[in-house]
Amino acid sequence: MTSIGTGYDLSASTYSPDGRIFQVEYANKAVENSGTAIGLRVKDGVVLAVEKLVHSKLLVPGANRRIQTIDRHIGMASAGLLADGRKISQLAREEGSKIRKMWREPLTVKALSDRISLGAQAYTLYSSVRPFGVSTIFGGVDKSGPSLYIVEPSGVCLGYHGAAVGKGRQLAKTELEKLKLSELSMREAVMEAARIIYLVHDDNKEKEFELEMTWVGDESNDLHLPVPDDLLEEAKSRAKAALETFE
Amino acid sequence: MNRLKSGEVNLGTSIMAVQFDKGVVIGADSRTTTGSYIANRVTDKLTHVHDRIYCCRSGSAADTQAVADIVHYYLQLYTQSHGSSPPVSVAAGVFQDICYENKDGLSAGIIVAGWDKEVGPSVYNIPVGGGLFRQPWAIGGSGSTYVYGYCDATYQEGWGRDETVNFVKNTLSLAMSRDGSSGGVIRMCVITEDGVERLFVPGDQLPKFWEGREVLSASVKKSLALAPMAIE
Repeated sequence: MTSIGTGYDLSASTYSPDGRIFQVEYANKAVENSGTAIGLRVKDGVVLAVEKLVHSKLLVPGANRRIQTIDRHIGMASAGLLADGRKISQLAREEGSKIRKMWREPLTVKALSDRISLGAQAYTLYSSVRPFGVSTIFGGVDKSGPSLYIVEPSGVCLGYHGAAVGKGRQLAKTELEKLKLSELSMREAVMEAARIIYLVHDDNKEKEFELEMTWVGDESNDLHLPVPDDLLEEAKSRAKAALETFE
Repeated sequence: MNRLKSGEVNLGTSIMAVQFDKGVVIGADSRTTTGSYIANRVTDKLTHVHDRIYCCRSGSAADTQAVADIVHYYLQLYTQSHGSSPPVSVAAGVFQDICYENKDGLSAGIIVAGWDKEVGPSVYNIPVGGGLFRQPWAIGGSGSTYVYGYCDATYQEGWGRDETVNFVKNTLSLAMSRDGSSGGVIRMCVITEDGVERLFVPGDQLPKFWEGREVLSASVKKSLALAPMAIE
C-alpha cells in the first residue's frame, strides 16, 4: 500500500486520492489472517467447511465454532475476527426472524445476505465505527434451490457455485474450479470439502486445526446440520490419504 | 353490537372465489348501500393487489379499501426486495396480520385469490375477526348465507375454466336474488398464469332460476267453487 502514513487510513469515512478506503482494505487483511472457510453449492444442497485453527491445546475441542445456524435451512461460515462473525450471525438471526414474521415464509438466502450486506456497507460510511473484519459465507436451501453467497467487509454480496475465504482461499478456489459442482452429490461434496481444507492447511502448516463441517439439503432433510460423525471421520481419513498422493 | 357508524357505507355483499386446475375465478355483486339507500349500483368489489392476486371485499367499504391499499403497498415492497412476485400465501398473510391486529376497529371480510408460480392457483378466506383459511372455494358477504347449500351440493373438483365461471355466476345470481343487500350486476375475474380476464354480466342478463308463482291464489279460486259449508 503506497499511501500508508498519509492519513487517509485514519477513518472508514475517508477516501484516498485514488478512490480507495484503506480501513476496508485493512478489514480484508483481518480476513486473510484467518483459517480458510469454504462453501460448495452442489446438485441437491450446500456444504460448508472451515479450517478452524486451534490457538491453544487448553481449549475444549469443538469450542469457538465458526459455522453457525441462522435459520432451520440456512447456515453461515465466517473467516476473520471471531467476535465480528458472531455479531453478523446475531444480526442475521434477527433479520431472519423479522422477515419470517413479516412474510410468513422461510427467508431466502439471497434476501438474507442482501440485508446483511447493507449493514456491512453502512459500517464503511462512518468515522465512529470500523468495518466488519469478516467475510461471511451464507449457504442454504430455499424455494429457489441451493444457494451460496459471500458478504465481504466492503458490503459486496455475490452468489457463487463454490466459495472460499480466509488464508488459503486462492488454493481452495483453484481446487473448487476443478470440480463439476453442479453435478456433485452432497456426500461427494463432503469428501471434496474435507480434502480441500486438509490441502490448504498442509500448504502452510503451522498450527493444529479442527475441521468443522455442516450441510443443508436433501441429505439433511433441508435442515442445516453438522455432517454426521461417521461421514466426517470417513471424509477426514480420505482427505489425509489424498494428501499422501497429492504431488 | 352495531359495527357500522350511522351513515357508513356498507358492502352488504355477495362475493366468491373458486380455484380450478389452471387458475381461479373470483366474482362479486355490485351493490353498495347506506342503510336502505343504494349508494352505488355498479361497484367494483374485485380489487387488484398484485399482478396475479386479487381480493374480494365485504364489510365496510372504507375499511376494506384502506386494508387493500396497505396490502398493495406491502406487495410492491416485497416485489422490490425479493426481485420476484409474492405468492398468494404471502398476500393472504399480510391481509390477516392487518385484520387480526385491528379486529376491534375493522369490519372487513375478505377473500384473497390468485395464481403464483410456487403452488399455482389458491383461494384464502379471511372472515371478520382475522382468521386465515385456505379453501378450494370460498363465499362471503351477507348474501353468502343463502347459498352455502347450493355450493356444497354443486361444487366438484376437477372443473375447467368455463364450468367454474358458470358456477360462480349461478351462485352469485341466486345469492343476489335472495339477499336484499346484494344486487345489480355480476363482475368476475379469471386469474391464470397468462393474465387476468374481466367478465361482466349485466343486471338484466343474470341466470334465472325458479322465481315463484301465484300458487296460493290458484288454489283459493278452486276452493271457491266448492259449496260453502253450513254453519250452525
